[in-house]
Amino acid sequence: MLQPTKAAYKMTEHFAYFPHTEKDVREMLDRISLSSLDELYSDVPSEFIYRGDYDLPDAMSEQQLRNYFEKLASRAPRKKVFVGQGAYDHYSPSVLQYICSRSEFLTSYTPYQAEISQGTLRYIFEFQSMICNLTGMDVANASMYDGATAAAEAMRVCISSTRKRNTVLLSSSLLPNVLETIRTYARFSGIELLEIPSLEGQTSLEALRSLLSDQVAGVILPQINRYGVVEDHSAFSEAIHQAGALMVEYCDPSALAVIKSPAEWGADIAVGDAQSLGIPLSYGGPYVGFMACRSEYMRKLPGRLVGQTVDAQGRRCYVLTLQAREQHIRREKATSNICSNQSLMALWVTVYLSLMGPKGLKRVNDLSYEGAHELKRGLMETGLFEDPFPQRPFIKEFVLKPLCDVAELQQALDGAGYFAALQTEEGYVSFCVTEKHEAEEVAEIIRIVESLKQ
Amino acid sequence: MKYYDKLIFELSESGRCAFSLREAKVEVELPDNLKRQSPLPLPEVSEVDVVRHYTNLSQMNFGVDTGFYPLGSCTMKYNPKIDEEISQLPEFRDAHPLMHSEGLEEIYSQLDKALAAITGMSHFTFQPCAGAHGELTGLMLMRAYHESRGDFGRKRIIVPDSAHGTNPASAAICGLDVVVVKSKENGLVDIESLKPLLGEDLAGIMLTNPNTLGLFEKDIKQIASLVHGCGGLLYYDGANMNPLLGVVRPGDMGFDIMHLNLHKTFSTPHGGGGPGSGPVGVCEKLVPLLGIIRTSAFHGNTGVIIKALAYILSLGKQHIALAGKYASLNANYIKESLRDSYKLPIDSVCKHEFVFDGLLEPNGVSTLDVAKRLLDYGYHAPTIYFPMLFHQSIMIEPTETESKQTLDEFIAVMKKIAQEAVEDPELLHSAPHNTPVGRPDETAAARQPILRWRPE
Repeated sequence: MLQPTKAAYKMTEHFAYFPHTEKDVREMLDRISLSSLDELYSDVPSEFIYRGDYDLPDAMSEQQLRNYFEKLASRAPRKKVFVGQGAYDHYSPSVLQYICSRSEFLTSYTPYQAEISQGTLRYIFEFQSMICNLTGMDVANASMYDGATAAAEAMRVCISSTRKRNTVLLSSSLLPNVLETIRTYARFSGIELLEIPSLEGQTSLEALRSLLSDQVAGVILPQINRYGVVEDHSAFSEAIHQAGALMVEYCDPSALAVIKSPAEWGADIAVGDAQSLGIPLSYGGPYVGFMACRSEYMRKLPGRLVGQTVDAQGRRCYVLTLQAREQHIRREKATSNICSNQSLMALWVTVYLSLMGPKGLKRVNDLSYEGAHELKRGLMETGLFEDPFPQRPFIKEFVLKPLCDVAELQQALDGAGYFAALQTEEGYVSFCVTEKHEAEEVAEIIRIVESLKQ
Repeated sequence: MKYYDKLIFELSESGRCAFSLREAKVEVELPDNLKRQSPLPLPEVSEVDVVRHYTNLSQMNFGVDTGFYPLGSCTMKYNPKIDEEISQLPEFRDAHPLMHSEGLEEIYSQLDKALAAITGMSHFTFQPCAGAHGELTGLMLMRAYHESRGDFGRKRIIVPDSAHGTNPASAAICGLDVVVVKSKENGLVDIESLKPLLGEDLAGIMLTNPNTLGLFEKDIKQIASLVHGCGGLLYYDGANMNPLLGVVRPGDMGFDIMHLNLHKTFSTPHGGGGPGSGPVGVCEKLVPLLGIIRTSAFHGNTGVIIKALAYILSLGKQHIALAGKYASLNANYIKESLRDSYKLPIDSVCKHEFVFDGLLEPNGVSTLDVAKRLLDYGYHAPTIYFPMLFHQSIMIEPTETESKQTLDEFIAVMKKIAQEAVEDPELLHSAPHNTPVGRPDETAAARQPILRWRPE
């Protein structure tokens, strides 16, 4: 049987998160005419009441908890990160953690009660606006889980926005985990996928043309691809639209300060991961995906949307809107199943872009470009690498073909505290430099690699 | 809370800056056709502008730290501060997801072990970033399981009419045909309605137990045997796991697949609608499939996962047995204390939450009016108009972290509102009166959507 009630509340005398005193419990049970806590479960078949001892450690005090995790942290030594591949080590200004830790933001729920959620609603409206400004699109939603799921949802928008078309084309130069996520979603949604091969490090226009047909609902392309290459999508939009399909650009929003925007390429939908806008690496999450589109696809968007309106007194205010698309109203006919998204991470991005402004974001790109080009030049000079795509432009990320032993290379870098030269599926090694990195660190990496020559 | 009107864009002044970066020696050089041509209208403000603006915004927001938040089906329990601090340790914060990290791998494996112990499942995948994402991932695993046995015909899934909206939505996205099973008058799944829905084309059933009325599906054993009997699997929607925490394990009830909402049951903050985490647990026979389903970019929302483990370790084996019971005690206490003022459609012991169907003497006052009036008294409103089984649903979930004192004050206010409905209904129709803004014109917002600020 369960613990006798009396013993049960003795156990919690010193537990900070349960405010119940013995007297409280007695009075509350009296009010509901029960004699023990166990009776609250009298409708549960007794065979399902767990009588075993939970296989959990003993309760830890706050100090013990701190010690436990600090010990784990010591087994997760910090590295200087010179790898990207979808997670970028940009600088996160102090103001971000400070503002985003405010408990009024942190401990609130989805802003259903607009009158006491104007803080959340307002920053989401600002987030939507900033994503539109970066991508050049007309409308953006309140956030997605991450870039990979945003791309998978964009695939679904392509299908629902066209008639009798069930194929989506994917560039093979999209990030591997983005491709894999899209494939998983497609498999269970019954959507056909075809891959567009890449030529010399960029999606092939010719191959795309040959794959387009009246079955193709959409085409998903990376603006900056898995090799770090800034792709040239000239004439892509014409080809795609002529075939009656939608064009989706997968982008790194940080780079949109300097590279052509999805709208300028003629895209219908822009998706990506906004982690690169001030969100710490955090071993892969929480990050925040985004989806923006031209206004004709507004009602196909998944997830939350915040709109501006007025209250009874005519004061400007904000509210969740166009909810007829959503699961809590439409159930199986909803545009998506999304309920919780990554709201607080959208705040990180909004505060980051407010701090950076257009000039700061450009500076981030200039500094990253400077470091990455310096690193690539130095690495090439060691003679231990070949440049697979010498003609292709890049900003902060690039791959090289190693002529040396990769394990030895990685070990040498790791020994000096660097996480760099990540091996890719193609056998390249991938590097990424951001504004966080000093010229001295770039020089040290080059020296370490140089030393492998002997 | 006071009204503050500005958007960050409206504070912008060309030439101001709030960034602090060293000078660059070179500029990005790209071929002309790859360069951005259009202007980038982001705000140009100072650092103090940013800090004041977002501080002002935060002051128009209500969180668990502000006050009682009895939002049904959302489990708005207290979010421990030490867990926040731990999740921000620099070693965790600065780790790249593709890096090998023994310490972080250990955190994932410890949480996997703890959740398995708590739920009776074998193993979990942590990729899902929210509850609905967990549902989708779990249903993919359900389909993958049938297909791995060469059984490709199972395309139907049973979902009760009381289910969260995410259930049918997730099923549809997973390529399943949703079949709705009705609830009986007592709010539980009707076994007789369930029987004709079984068959060789059934993938499984999604159940929330206790359901969204806060009622335990006591026929679960029979439901499990019927569904398993025709080759289907049982999916457990963990959104309502909180009352079972430390009392009942879904695995023991026959569930094959489940998700947990770490941001509900395991006390990680909701962040105004995420980030959450929706790990999916499976029974032994589905474990080999966990590796083949990728539904997000990396390992999952690590920051959230660390907080959940910290919470479980602070509960430990000593305190876990009382978490669910106190949650149920608090809900029943409110229910029994208010049944003289609000209509209780189903009179039964509830678990962590329960549903009223509006006021006993409405006098023209709707559930929406009651909810808005609560805001005036400094409370967050309960979940309203859900579940859709009743017209005036008020769904209340207090959680175990609220004291009797807090509940008593809330009960007194709810009674006062019931009294106001009789004496001065207009006061409620026009509520709230003490919030930064009044009721927004939602019709106008939807008719001509303004979804972004535009530069002039």
